[in-house]
Amino acid sequence: MQEILPYLINGISVGGQYALIAIGYTLVYGILRLINFAHGDVFMVAGLIMVYATTAMPMYLALPLVLVVTVLLGFLIERVAYKPLRSAPRMSLMISAIGVSYLIQNLAFYITGGVPQPVTNPIPWISENVELFGQSTKRVTLVTPVLTILLVVALVYLINHTKIGMAMRAAAKDFETAQLMGIKINAVISMTFVIGSFLAAVGAMLYFTNYPSVSITSGGMPGLKAFVAAVFGGIGSIPGAVVGAFVIGLCEEIIKGLGYTTFSDAFTFALLIVVLCVRPTGLFGEKVTDKV
Amino acid sequence: MKKLTAFALCLVMTASLLAGCGGQSGGTTDETSESGNKVVRIGVYEPQTGDNGPGGKQEILGMQYANYVQPTVEIGGETYDVKLEIVDNRTTPENGPTAAAELVNRDVSIVLGSYGSGVSMAGGKVFEEAGVPAIGVTCTNPQVTSDYDCYFRICFTDPFQGPALASYAYEGLGVTTAYTLAMLGSDYDQGLVHYFTEAFEALGGTVISEDFPEGNANFVSYINNAKSAGAGVIFAPVSTNYAQLIIEAASAQGYEGSLLGSDTWDNNKVAESTVGKNVSVEVTTFYQEGGDPDFDAGIKEWINANDDAKTNNGGNDMVAAVTVMGYDAYFTALEALKAAGSTDPQAVLEALPSVTYDGVCGHIEFDDIGDAKRDQAYIKTANTETGAWDFVKVQGVA
Repeated sequence: MQEILPYLINGISVGGQYALIAIGYTLVYGILRLINFAHGDVFMVAGLIMVYATTAMPMYLALPLVLVVTVLLGFLIERVAYKPLRSAPRMSLMISAIGVSYLIQNLAFYITGGVPQPVTNPIPWISENVELFGQSTKRVTLVTPVLTILLVVALVYLINHTKIGMAMRAAAKDFETAQLMGIKINAVISMTFVIGSFLAAVGAMLYFTNYPSVSITSGGMPGLKAFVAAVFGGIGSIPGAVVGAFVIGLCEEIIKGLGYTTFSDAFTFALLIVVLCVRPTGLFGEKVTDKV
Repeated sequence: MKKLTAFALCLVMTASLLAGCGGQSGGTTDETSESGNKVVRIGVYEPQTGDNGPGGKQEILGMQYANYVQPTVEIGGETYDVKLEIVDNRTTPENGPTAAAELVNRDVSIVLGSYGSGVSMAGGKVFEEAGVPAIGVTCTNPQVTSDYDCYFRICFTDPFQGPALASYAYEGLGVTTAYTLAMLGSDYDQGLVHYFTEAFEALGGTVISEDFPEGNANFVSYINNAKSAGAGVIFAPVSTNYAQLIIEAASAQGYEGSLLGSDTWDNNKVAESTVGKNVSVEVTTFYQEGGDPDFDAGIKEWINANDDAKTNNGGNDMVAAVTVMGYDAYFTALEALKAAGSTDPQAVLEALPSVTYDGVCGHIEFDDIGDAKRDQAYIKTANTETGAWDFVKVQGVA
C-alpha cells in the first residue's frame, strides 16, 4: 500500500486537472456539437497570463485577473470564430476551431519568443510541500481533486436548478426549437464558453503550480488527454467527463508505477480507439436516436 | 459588399506574403560593407525556439560577443568584415535541413552549431552536400562528426562525458544504484544514457533506465520509481525545460539522492530553479565561471549593456559554459579562415583539420574524426541559496 500510494495520489490529482479541461470540451460539444480544438490553447494562455500577472502584481489581483482574461478570451473566440458560422456546415466550424488553435499558439510563440516561461512566483500555500502518510508531495496535489469535485457539484447545480441551466439543457436537446421557444441562443452559447474557459483557467492555475513551466505547446497534451477523457466518459455528459478524466489520470500513473513508462501516453490513445470502436457513446453518453 | 470585403482581405494577405519575401533576396559573397571592407559570412545554425531554445540563444550570445570583440579578419592579405548569419533550426531534426539549406543559400563560408546533437546531424547532411564545413560547438553525440566529414567539434563527446559522470557517481558520490531518465526519440539523451550505463555497470553498479515521451510535464511518478528502486542518483541528460520540471518533482517528492545532469543542465534557469529547494544537482560542463576573470568581466559588461542579450541569457549576467564555447568556436572559425586564405567553403574545409586554437575553455586541436582532443570535464553543483553554480572538481574518466 505504502508503495503504490504516491502513484494513486498523483493519479487522482492529474485526473482532476484533466477533468477541469474536459468539462470545457463536453459542454461545448453538448450544445454546439463542436469539438472546440482551441480549448487546450485557452488553457495554455491562462498559464501564460498567470506567469506574467504574478510577476507584475500581487497575488490577490493576479489570480482574479487570470480568470477574467481567460473567460474573456473564451467569449471572444466564440464571438469571432464560431458565431458567424452558426448556419454553416459543422465541418466549417471544426476547421475554424483548428484555425483558432494555431492562431493562439503562434501568437503565444510571438510573445514568448518560443522559449518556455518558468513560473517564478508560484501560488503560495498550495505550492508548499506537505507530508502525507510518510510521503512528501505538494499541497496542490491534494487540493486539485477536492476543488474539482466542488466545482463540478456547483456546475451540475447550475445546470439542473437555474434558469440559464434550463436554457442550456433545452439548447442541447434541440437547438432550433429552443430558439423558437424564445431562448436567447447566443447568450446560452456564450455562457457555455465562459464556464468552459473559467474551469480551464482554474485548471491551468493548479496545473502550472505543479509543473512550473509554460511553453506554447503546454496546452497540447493535457488538451488531447482531456478530450480523450470526455470521449471516454461520453461526450456531452459532465459526470462522464469527470469520471473519464479520473480514470485516465489514475491509469497513466499506475502504468508508470508498473515500470512501463514508455507506454503511458500510448495507453491513453489506445483507450480512445477502443472506446470509439466498442462503445462510441462512451460510459455515460446519450443514445443517439434518429429524428424523423 | 461582402464579396468586396473578402476580395480586399485576400489582396492584403497576398501583399503581406510578398512583403515577407522581399527582405531575404539579394546578397552575394563579393558584397562590401559600410566600411568598404569585403564581407565574409559565418553561418550560425542554432535553435532559438523549442525545447533547446534557451540553450541555443546562450550559445549564439558567445558568438555575438566574439563578433563584437573581433569584427574583422585578415584573409589572404585583405581585411574582411565578419557577418554572422543566424538561422533558427527550432530544436527538432525535422526543421534542421531547411534551416541548414537557408544558410547554404546565404553563401556562408563556415557554419557554427548546433546546440543539440539530433538537429546537428540533420543539418550535417545538407552541409556535406554543399561542401560547407561546420564546427559543432556543444553537440556531444559522437555520430555528429563520425557520420559527416564536414563536421568538426570543439567540445568533449558523450563517450567521454557519460563515463566521466559514471565515475563521479560511483567513486565520487559512492553510489551503487543509478536511475536514468531520457526522452524518447532524442539522440542526445539516449546516447548519453547508453554511455553512462555502460561505464557505470563496468564499475560494478546497477542501472535502472526509463524513458518519457516528448512534452511530458509530470515527473512525479518517475521520481517515485527512482525512490522505490533505491537509486542514489538520478541521471537525466535532458533539455533545460525538462530539467526544471525534474528538479521541481524531485523536491516535491522529497528525493534525497543527487540529480546528475549533463552539459545541457548548465543553464542559469536550472540553477535558479533550485533556489530554496532541498535538492542536490550536479552537472558536467565545459567551463566554470571564474576560469578566465578577464573574459568574464568583458562579457558581463557587454551583456549588461545590451537588453536583448540579457533577456536571451535568462535575465541575468551569469556566464553559461555554452556561451563561452560559442565564443571559442567563433575564433576557431576565424583561424580556419586565415589558414585557408580564402572565403571559399572548400578551402576552409581543407584547412580546418590542422587548425589549433587556445580558447577560453582550453586548447583546441582536432583528431582524425574531427573531434577536439579533450580529456576532462568540469563538475559543478547548483547552490540552492544563491541560485548560482559552484565549482566541485575537474573530472576525468577512471
